[in-house]
Amino acid sequence: MVQQEQSALEERFDAVVAAEQRIEPRDWMPDAYRATLVRQIAQHAHSEIIGMQPEGNWLTRAPSLRRKAILLAKAQDEAGHGLYLYAAAETLGVDRAELTEKLISGRQKYSSIFNYPTLTFADVGVIGWLVDGAAICNQVPLCRCSYGPYARAMVRVCKEESFHQRQGYELLMTLMRGTEGQRRMVRDAVDRWWWPSLMMFGPPDGDSPNTAQSMAWRIKRHTNDELRQRFVDMTVPQAEHLGVTLPDPALSWNEERGSWDFGEPDWSELQQVIKGNGPCNAERIDRRRAAHEDGAWVREAAVAYAAKQEERNV
Amino acid sequence: MTDDHVYLTLAESDHEAEARWAYGTGFADPLLGVDTALAPDVDGADLSLYCQMLGDDALILSQRLIEWCTRAPELEEEVALANLGLDLLGQARLLLSRAGQADGSGRGEDDFAYWRPEHEFRNVRLVEVANGDFAFSVARLLLFATARGALYELLAGAPDPVLRAVAVRGAKELAYHQEYATAWTLRLGDGTAYSAERMQAGLDAVWPLLDELFTPHEVELRLGVDPTALREPVLAALAEVITEARLTVPTALPLARIGGRAGRDGVHTEALGPLLAEFQSVAREHPGATW
Repeated sequence: MVQQEQSALEERFDAVVAAEQRIEPRDWMPDAYRATLVRQIAQHAHSEIIGMQPEGNWLTRAPSLRRKAILLAKAQDEAGHGLYLYAAAETLGVDRAELTEKLISGRQKYSSIFNYPTLTFADVGVIGWLVDGAAICNQVPLCRCSYGPYARAMVRVCKEESFHQRQGYELLMTLMRGTEGQRRMVRDAVDRWWWPSLMMFGPPDGDSPNTAQSMAWRIKRHTNDELRQRFVDMTVPQAEHLGVTLPDPALSWNEERGSWDFGEPDWSELQQVIKGNGPCNAERIDRRRAAHEDGAWVREAAVAYAAKQEERNV
Repeated sequence: MTDDHVYLTLAESDHEAEARWAYGTGFADPLLGVDTALAPDVDGADLSLYCQMLGDDALILSQRLIEWCTRAPELEEEVALANLGLDLLGQARLLLSRAGQADGSGRGEDDFAYWRPEHEFRNVRLVEVANGDFAFSVARLLLFATARGALYELLAGAPDPVLRAVAVRGAKELAYHQEYATAWTLRLGDGTAYSAERMQAGLDAVWPLLDELFTPHEVELRLGVDPTALREPVLAALAEVITEARLTVPTALPLARIGGRAGRDGVHTEALGPLLAEFQSVAREHPGATW
């Protein structure tokens, strides 16, 4: 391409982004922008699908039919979120099968939070409250992301996630009003999920090399630490209302900042989980791989049937 | 929604709740406006048992569908199977609640689902056997949805208003289940050589369990809802799908009963015990708890 044309395209792209308008699939975009989006949207889609597993662990055992229905509807929503996020990624020139292949071969990541186990039914509530809550903090700004298909997908995802969060919180309120055994389950689950939830926002800003570029491209709107602070500030009063103590002795109100001070997560644990040594990394990928491989003959049959139908209709 | 007001959405009123689920849940009260008084000429104990029979069918099959979650061959199938499971779970909840009203015991849906022992479950054996592969699950669904859809049409004239309401609503849901199972029977039957082999094996394996759906229980006869009438139309509908899928209609004999008894009498296969042990485990660890 002639140098002049190239720089004109870049200028136009920069102007669209700067004006808070949307880049659409047919528009020219820098290769690195495209690659960043593919990576991020794929990781997000993978997280929805892998994220069905920890809660799915309790579907067959949910202790009331109402909770079973709510949990099943949530799992169904997550599969749906995965579907439309994969569709958003496909507008960038990749396809779902290729992304799934990268997931099960470990070449693409999903949110590390899903590498933690769900050990009691209260975990279902805590995942709704804390994990979906943190996801909402991360995702609501993405509704204004510069890439149109991703931004539009996120509007729908966020609405549904906020409902999931409320359902989770409502479950916890019910358990806290229940028996001592139920309250114990909630406290135990909060103790286990609090720090991993804080780590969902990624490493501290100083160790997050991609943040500046993503913010310049208006993919990202806030730094990891800003979002983490926002999450803590919103969650502390909810914990008080619920009647649980968050497992951080350093948690205290800072009058000057008008925010809560909080302790430092164990970043070495996050690194371990990211590197594949989390409590459930192997199980999560194994399950996804098994579903994909066990289903191969079914997908092949559907393709063969469609081809035969087309042939007969000629 | 702006990112400065993330949590404001959480405070929105409940009447919007339904729209917030991607695929809907049918959580709104489907019996709104339905007269729930018992008809004077209907025996409450019989009606309760009949509601348990149909409710348990739906409940146990929904549990089997739920077991597919995170294991389906494609994401579209994750969504669809969960959707079918939700429909059946919804039907089960209404029917079991009605069972507790009809017999005057006041038991709720959870009392029936979590606190009855295995021999009080009244489902047919077809719904309880393990999932097998995708073809087996499709075959089971095809048989069940075809038969249950036909039954619900019949029950639109049932002697109980709640049963009628469940049947009218359920018939629409079952029509979709039947359509889904039919589409996959065709794809697998007329797909690859391997898938045709699996689909035929699935049909052959579930076929002996079909007859129980047409074998009347004395409770059904007393209530005037004889399922024998379903046999011919259901077999004809199944044969049509199986033939179009270029497969063979199985000729296997019905699975033997035990001393004349089967699922409707609370006599089951070995598959139901472990299913219930899992299903009921958390509830039973916390007797008296509210969830």
